[in-house]
Amino acid sequence: MFMGYSFGDLGSILAMQGFAGLVLFSVFVLMALGLAIIFGQMGVINMAHGEFMILGAYVTYLCSRLFAAYLPGAFAFYFFLAIILAFCASGLLGMAVEWALIRHLYKRPLDTLLATWGLSLILQQVYRSVFGAREVGVELPGWMMGSTHLSEQIEIPINGLIVMALTTLITLAVYLLIFRAGWGRQVRAVTQNRAMASAVGIDTERVDRLTYGLGCGIAGIAGSAFTMIGSTSPTAGQLYIVDTFLVVVFGGAQSLIGTIASAFTISQARSTMEFFLSGSMAQVLVLLSVVGILMLRPQGLFVLKVRR
Amino acid sequence: MALDKIDPPPSSALRRRLLQGMAALPAAALVPPLLPHAARAAGPATAAVNSTGLAVTDDAVTVGILHSISGTMAISETGSVEAEKLAIAQINAEGGVLGRKINFIQEDGASDWPTFAEKAKKLLVKDKCAAVFGCWTSASRKAVLPVFEQYNGMLYYPTFYEGLEQSKNVIYTGQEATQQIIAGLDWVTKEKGAKTFYLLGSDYIWPRTSNKIARKHIENHMKGTRVVGEDYFPLGHTQFNSVINKMKLVKPDVIYAIIVGGSNVAFYKQLKAAGIDLSKQTLMTISVTEDEILGIGGENIAGAYACMKYFQSLQNPNNAKFVPAFKQMWGEKSVIGDVTQAAYLGPWLWKLTAEKAQSFDIDKIAAASPGVEFKGAPEGYVRIHPNHHLWSKTRVGRARTDGQYDVIYETAGLMEPNPFPVGYQ
Repeated sequence: MFMGYSFGDLGSILAMQGFAGLVLFSVFVLMALGLAIIFGQMGVINMAHGEFMILGAYVTYLCSRLFAAYLPGAFAFYFFLAIILAFCASGLLGMAVEWALIRHLYKRPLDTLLATWGLSLILQQVYRSVFGAREVGVELPGWMMGSTHLSEQIEIPINGLIVMALTTLITLAVYLLIFRAGWGRQVRAVTQNRAMASAVGIDTERVDRLTYGLGCGIAGIAGSAFTMIGSTSPTAGQLYIVDTFLVVVFGGAQSLIGTIASAFTISQARSTMEFFLSGSMAQVLVLLSVVGILMLRPQGLFVLKVRR
Repeated sequence: MALDKIDPPPSSALRRRLLQGMAALPAAALVPPLLPHAARAAGPATAAVNSTGLAVTDDAVTVGILHSISGTMAISETGSVEAEKLAIAQINAEGGVLGRKINFIQEDGASDWPTFAEKAKKLLVKDKCAAVFGCWTSASRKAVLPVFEQYNGMLYYPTFYEGLEQSKNVIYTGQEATQQIIAGLDWVTKEKGAKTFYLLGSDYIWPRTSNKIARKHIENHMKGTRVVGEDYFPLGHTQFNSVINKMKLVKPDVIYAIIVGGSNVAFYKQLKAAGIDLSKQTLMTISVTEDEILGIGGENIAGAYACMKYFQSLQNPNNAKFVPAFKQMWGEKSVIGDVTQAAYLGPWLWKLTAEKAQSFDIDKIAAASPGVEFKGAPEGYVRIHPNHHLWSKTRVGRARTDGQYDVIYETAGLMEPNPFPVGYQ
């Protein structure tokens, strides 16, 4: 495999491959964070997670069209506004869905799976009716595409850097919100003991709604960011949902740290194996090892002690 | 249904004829002023053109359109539906087929192969369609093929595909793999002096078979060329950084990409982001039409070469009429890819065949198909081969930033369809 390549070649490929692994890690964290919050904190299996992501992508698409038409001067920076709007749109839709659908099903966790799956089909068809069945091309400002040359051989994709920065920022924000802010304390209290939390005066319904909204909002941000690396079509959310669940379940559903650890493990394994094997084989091996590990540790990598 | 020919159920045939009569009476009373006789030349008698109980009346014939208008494949199949409806409308405006107006019944395959089979059966058994224009993926075609063979229907299939199939009941209006691949490889080798090829594909039958043909051609039929890598990705794969790094290490002269669907968008965006400049790195694809570029974004794929039989920018008198007509019917922003054009050929080829056979009977259509030529094809000229595929030219286009292709090469003559290529299996 490495016959005939110079050390310089190999060194730079190693560097770029390492970076590719880190980008994949960031992508996985960004995808999985929203789901992990909803799954971990509320026990709701949100099958419509991918569709919330795509809503964010469509918001970004609309933003790019609006800026191109009315504010071409500010086009270079529309993306930041698009991310915020994507968060708001997906978050608000999430809260509405929680109010209309999810809150009636808290006692029946498996039914939420069916309900959100149905919701994902409905959303897909709505996108198809509104935006058309075809993929839309999201035009990005020139500075976001392309790569920076670190050396003659090493090229670092700029969109990868943006995804990494965004992921770091959001992970940090979620950490502060859940583990440092008063609201996060309420969320954790509700997770640990709903009845007791309610008894000490926490408005559990409000906490639930905001938690669900937050999870969906982060999905929206992820979707917005993925317009840089992927496609935007009514069914594109389905492309991410399997990996997302894989990361969350492997990490241990209750644990945000677990989600990050599992995203790191899976992304590094995948990106290394894809380099040495073909893409399909890498996928198969990753899935096999995840299944193997889950057989040994059904609760996932990290487990929080929770009282039901 | 096989009994039908021997002993047609009298009640239903009689009822149909009665109903037709009843339907025709008020129509005959009201319509004549609206429908000048000249518009529709009187065709031959119904009994003469329809001896097998198809849905043919004295002034109309019913066909089916069977594509996915919901689900994943709706992205791709929408264009085909539009093209077929345009062709039917144009044929009707010219006086129809054998003096009969074409009515169509549209069914949704919903991106689900068993649904395709079920709807195909409905179109053939219940609606008695004289022809069906439809299917897009090979999987859907494989699902309906036994239905069309069992109930003796006629399918016009528009997509370029992997070959290895031939049926009395199917006319393949897209190119089979050797037509599409070999000319492109020869061109890129001669024009670009390419020696090394890196084959990529989505992991299912069409890319795998096509890359197999490409590999055989590169290794056995051209001189001094070799394959330096071959990789497949699950459908819907969105992360291509690793393989892009691999290609950077191997530095192939040509990247040969057969990636489909949403993966396409991810692949070209990441290729560009990784600093691979398609004006310097030759990339050839057989899976990106103008339709796909809408999602990929012209700026992300500009400079890539595509090898197929039709591009919207093609310069010829037929295409100069076809493109505006399509846009007038379906909107100024619509684009026309290779498959859309191939879908447009379906109704026309069927009309020409029916007129040649002077019949709608499936067996006569199947028998009359070889040799039928369509001089009004937007791609120029096509002719049906005895193996029910089309003779057609193969062209190479180079992607522009505006999402269109510049046609930079076309084969001198028509490429012969060869669905079972010896030496390429």
